[in-house]
Amino acid sequence: MSRRPYVRVVPRTTWFFRHPRYMRYMAREVTCIFIGIYSVMLLVGLVRLSQGSAQYEGFLAALRQPGSVLFHLLALAFSLYNTFTWFNVAPKALPVQVGDEHWPDSVVAGGHYVVWVGLSLFILFWAGVL
Amino acid sequence: MAKSNKPIIWGTFAAGGTLTAFVTPVLMVLTLLAATGHLPDMLAYDKLHAFAAGWFGKLVIFVIIFLSLWSQAHRLRCTFYDFGARADTLVATTVYALAGVGSIVTLVVLARF
Repeated sequence: MSRRPYVRVVPRTTWFFRHPRYMRYMAREVTCIFIGIYSVMLLVGLVRLSQGSAQYEGFLAALRQPGSVLFHLLALAFSLYNTFTWFNVAPKALPVQVGDEHWPDSVVAGGHYVVWVGLSLFILFWAGVL
Repeated sequence: MAKSNKPIIWGTFAAGGTLTAFVTPVLMVLTLLAATGHLPDMLAYDKLHAFAAGWFGKLVIFVIIFLSLWSQAHRLRCTFYDFGARADTLVATTVYALAGVGSIVTLVVLARF
């Protein structure tokens, strides 16, 4: 065998700097770090809530630390990016076929945005913010 | 046919991804308001405790935390691989174990309300 297959060299840890598309993919992937930490934070809040009023007030005081505000701003930015990317692939993940035709991508994605805005406003209203 | 756990993991990822896309940003807005000293009424101890004590509140809280943990654990596993870590068995075991522990803690805590 004299065959010498071409092996494309892919740097294991820096490959995503090669193309803006890879960078956008990785930006979406790292949203999980922020949403994951946030989910654990919610769980800690739930544990503190179950322990009593003083413990829960302590949790709220920890939330008001400058680092927590900074984390929230970063996490919110990544979370919104996750939302937009999720909705924008929704027409591919959930194609809606009626008869021979598929609904246009803009209708499926747009429907997600409409429901999202409505649900978010409802939760803000329910929480007493609006 | 070989059995695979992929549909279960993938199912929680799809459901959790959809859930986090829809509700996580507004939850972050609520806790951001709390973090900046503008505590939303619903996050006050008495109101939130009463919500968590009801069966509907328990269900909502459990679904949100359970699906968030599992979907983010799955994505974190993929992210480790993308950043060059090739010890997938170790990574998968660790992240799914953490999500499992978090789910059990959530159940136990909710049962105590």
